[in-house]
Amino acid sequence: MSDMHLVHQRWTDTKVLMEPIRKGFGRGLKSAGEKDENVVAACADLTDSTQMHLFKEAFAERFVEIGVAEQNLVTVGAGLAAMGKIPFVSSYAAFSPGRNWEQIRTTICLNDQPVNIIGSHAGVSVGPDGATHQMLEDITLMRALPNMTVIAPGDSIEAEKATVALAKYKKPSYMRLAREGTAIISTDKTPFEIGKAYIYTQGSDMTIIATGTMTYQALLASEMLFKQGIDAEVIHCPTIKPLDAATILRSVKKTKLVITAEEHQVNGGLGGAISEFLGEHYPVPMRRVGVRDKFGQSGKPEELLEEYGLTAKHITFTAVKLHEEAR
Amino acid sequence: MGGKYSLEELEIKANDIREDIIRMLEYAGSGHSAGPLGLADIFTALYFDVLKHDPAKPNWGERDILLLSNGHCVPVRYAAMAHAGYFDKNELMTLRQFGSRLQGHPERTKLPGLESTSGPLGSGLSQACGMSLAMRMNSENHRWIYVIMGDGELDEGNVWEAAMLASKYKLHNIIGIIDRNNIQIDGPTEKVMPLEDLSHKWESFGWNVIDIDGNNIEAVIDACSMGRANTTKPTMIIAQTIPGKGVDFMEYDFKWHGKPPDHDQAKKALHELRTLGGKIKGEHE
Repeated sequence: MSDMHLVHQRWTDTKVLMEPIRKGFGRGLKSAGEKDENVVAACADLTDSTQMHLFKEAFAERFVEIGVAEQNLVTVGAGLAAMGKIPFVSSYAAFSPGRNWEQIRTTICLNDQPVNIIGSHAGVSVGPDGATHQMLEDITLMRALPNMTVIAPGDSIEAEKATVALAKYKKPSYMRLAREGTAIISTDKTPFEIGKAYIYTQGSDMTIIATGTMTYQALLASEMLFKQGIDAEVIHCPTIKPLDAATILRSVKKTKLVITAEEHQVNGGLGGAISEFLGEHYPVPMRRVGVRDKFGQSGKPEELLEEYGLTAKHITFTAVKLHEEAR
Repeated sequence: MGGKYSLEELEIKANDIREDIIRMLEYAGSGHSAGPLGLADIFTALYFDVLKHDPAKPNWGERDILLLSNGHCVPVRYAAMAHAGYFDKNELMTLRQFGSRLQGHPERTKLPGLESTSGPLGSGLSQACGMSLAMRMNSENHRWIYVIMGDGELDEGNVWEAAMLASKYKLHNIIGIIDRNNIQIDGPTEKVMPLEDLSHKWESFGWNVIDIDGNNIEAVIDACSMGRANTTKPTMIIAQTIPGKGVDFMEYDFKWHGKPPDHDQAKKALHELRTLGGKIKGEHE
């Protein structure tokens, strides 16, 4: 797949650079602010850790410190948008959209105001902070809302592009970010458009659809599967809503087996979205890799990813089993 | 004062708006009676004296903003807007019906001039904060944001989050008006969730507080002028109103918070409004 311009062609035993996805957001927001003076930002007392400080330092007069008040965060955002601004409002995903769903529903989605809601520290890889801070239901919450777009970038490079794209998109949007270092898999030349999914590895035996931090794990898994005689196609799906139905359907019609992978509850997340779509349009045997109706806990990120089944090994195991069962 | 209508003309308009509210609610067969009737004087003052607006150009870039945070009181806004010329008065009778622009709770995308979508309580003041911050960034110094809130609505934590933010950033072009009618769905506000001492609460949050009789149009207009004159703090007007004002059997009774009059009750209410409680002879008698 030369046209995807990824960092490497092969991933197993290949050194990758790690960077938190949220860092890309910070750079993207500053660059969006340079391009358009209507871009503004607000944060609920987590400016450094959501990486909004880069924007704040560059454009102090366009930054609003809300304090620990997530209901106010998104409704102030709705007011800024009503006056023609392009607001980005950030907190941890557990608090926003965790705490303020109704305000997002009424004053942003139904009211049709183009607020960009940024939920950082999503997933169990948040680590020692424990279950309260490991948001695993945000995709479900946001995906259920009419008029909402949902994005989970696969690495910091893509997060930067997605942020710049959101500033021009001007629709109610949610973007989830992760705290820990995530492998940098893409480059400046790798394509990104809101609403598009991308085939990162071509294959013919099965389709692995992954989002966010799990795309790198899916790339590793596809190489483990290849050694076991399974030629898997890996689709990176950064936009969970609206789904890139055409790309997904074309692949699934070819492979007729599907695995989804996400650092999120499988209920209502990417796995939910793909199940709903294929259930109506092209039902095929499928398995969802993700958190299965559980809360997280304190621990090191790698311990937790192992405990909740969120590694390349788990994707491989699930895929091999599905392949056997379907034969 | 100094607007284009005399006080007497404004009082007549408020009465006309009350009659329309009764007709709309009776025809719709559902909706809130007490709040909209109590707010008729405030809405008359705003739409016919206080607000800088143009009904022919609802998106005029220099208009003042009026946010209705307690969306359930929207019948009074619809009636005032129709009287001001935003749309034909006949459309008022479509309230709450399928396909109507006059939704049960206001939706900005359906009807030009509404400014926001509300119903779930507590988020209007926050949106005013966002609007005010945007105006400051744009150096728009001559636009005002009026926010109507219910008193029961003040139970919502979101309101106090906004109260702190407006004070912190000295958003002095925000003028809030609390419809202090002392009732909410489950009963008197002071029984459901005591709000007093309300003036001191807002003062302690850093607001310029003005207490008025909210059924006195002149007092509403004067308080808004005083609010605009304060250039250091946001202003909160605590407007004591009589729920169900103008209709004797509805006044002060919390049971009329969330229900419409039936045919006979509407007839009685309209008679009372036309005769100003028997003080004058109705035109239609």
